[in-house]
Amino acid sequence: MSKKLTRSDVERIASLANLQLTKNEVSLFTEQLTQILQYAEKLQTVDTSSLSTSNKKKNATSELRPDNRNSSLDRQEALSGAPDASSDGFFRVPKVIDR
Amino acid sequence: MISGSDWSIAHIRNAIGSGDILARDICEIYLNRIQTVDKELNSFTTVLRDQALIQAEEIDRKQNSWETYPLFGVPITVKDVICTKDSLTSAGSRMLADYRPPYDATVIKLLRDSGAILLGKTNCDEFAMGSSTEYSYHGPTQNPWKKTHIPGGSSGGAAAAVAARLAPVSIASDTGGSIRQPAAFCGVVGLKPTYGRVSRYGLLAFASSLDQIGPITLSVEDAAIVFQVISGFDPNDATSSKQSPIDDSNLFSGNAHKIRIGVPRSILEKGINPEVTKAFNKAIAILSEQGATIVDIDLPYTEHAVPVYYLIATAEASSNLARYDGVRFGYRANPDGPKVNLETMYSRTRNHGFGDEVKRRIMLGTYALSAGYYDDYYAKAQQVRQLIRHEYNRVLSDVDAIAMPTTPTPAFELGEHVDDPLSMYLGDIFTVSANLTGLPAISLPAGLTKQHLPIGFQLIGRAFDETTLFRVAHTFEMNTEWKNKRPPACLDT
Repeated sequence: MSKKLTRSDVERIASLANLQLTKNEVSLFTEQLTQILQYAEKLQTVDTSSLSTSNKKKNATSELRPDNRNSSLDRQEALSGAPDASSDGFFRVPKVIDR
Repeated sequence: MISGSDWSIAHIRNAIGSGDILARDICEIYLNRIQTVDKELNSFTTVLRDQALIQAEEIDRKQNSWETYPLFGVPITVKDVICTKDSLTSAGSRMLADYRPPYDATVIKLLRDSGAILLGKTNCDEFAMGSSTEYSYHGPTQNPWKKTHIPGGSSGGAAAAVAARLAPVSIASDTGGSIRQPAAFCGVVGLKPTYGRVSRYGLLAFASSLDQIGPITLSVEDAAIVFQVISGFDPNDATSSKQSPIDDSNLFSGNAHKIRIGVPRSILEKGINPEVTKAFNKAIAILSEQGATIVDIDLPYTEHAVPVYYLIATAEASSNLARYDGVRFGYRANPDGPKVNLETMYSRTRNHGFGDEVKRRIMLGTYALSAGYYDDYYAKAQQVRQLIRHEYNRVLSDVDAIAMPTTPTPAFELGEHVDDPLSMYLGDIFTVSANLTGLPAISLPAGLTKQHLPIGFQLIGRAFDETTLFRVAHTFEMNTEWKNKRPPACLDT
């Protein structure tokens, strides 16, 4: 895997992450991410053959609450932080379907 | 009360409870100090003056029942990644610059119910991603010990505020050292509790398998008091634990008899500032004099902790931060501009709303999780994380706590690492393991360099055994003079 990221790699990752990068950002991140990933490559030298490949954590706490109905935020409160919400209680976004 | 006060929680609470002073007066003293000192220091993003004074007046009306409130009238600050109802919670980001959450985080509710008074929100690296508080939309915070230096991060504002005596308590979050490292750089106490001890409900998530909330204070006793208030099971956080609370009967016994402390000598041999090494050796000698048995231990996987941390934390961040898309809260790119489609709105919003470090980490995490690279990066990091966890559990079956410096160097200069992210990441070598393993850890003031910059000493304990950490930490604190040292930022007012 020892490889240098290309600009097109970085553009592909940016589109997966929904980030519209500028040309300068693509150049900067190509260089910096390559450097960080090359540093992370030393992990490949660690022998992990004794471990299972699943990343299930033992002893991890996970307490589920009872499945009861509880009060929660009302609709207006939940919409209060939205950049664009309609008065009848919806988040508003740019048109998704063209007809 | 004089300005630049080192008043403890107990002192403030007793003084208000016994009627010597009003909560309102205490609150005003701290608010006035903030007004004077923080113009330059920039440790606050929001000062809640009016709200705080109203809260203080409410406390004064409850004076008869003061003993039922563990933080009666105690002013606190809260890192700007923890939700406070109707008050700005910006995460140090343009994305949330105007965001006022419609609810309080569980820790905020617990603190309010204990009588604490919220003075304001503290500055931090954007979404808690950084080690210097330079990656904040609100500009950097200064180190109260030296204006030209960073206070550490990501909770730089929280640590600087306590060090400059702008509040006796700050509540912050620690994903890879974000409480302990700034506490070390600012010469105060910082506690990262065991994973699961404190509810994260209302903490803006960065890396959910690593994030923990904890206090920054002037003393170990104060850290223990706040810890007891904020810890406990919360049905709103499925990862919070039902473990019983700590046994506080033996917390401050004043000695370290029968305590075994492991020192990982081999990882302390290189890459550490000599003044840090000297202070560390002195700290170990003090604990030995106080009755602790010092044991040599080996933690060979420590050298891998930083890459493991940066792959896992960024992978989780890339998922957690997907919610900031200009729809449900926060910033949306040019809402009144030319009509664009949904995808373009998302990606423009995210590019304008996030700063460089956040974008870098989202990119790194997205890459580590992407098809074709997942096994080599993310899965491998998870495996090495298991090895690190096994290694710590093995060592902690023999010793009660592990000691190491909090950081390899003291605070660095503003701008020194800001354009070289990898060099910034490498400074996290001693703090990330406690997050990868979920273990509790505390950073204590342990000296000053010749340049008068603080040095931190760290203890890592067994899961859910904060009791031993407090006991050893308190013993150390009682036998050093560092607790009483004040930075220049509190002497000039």
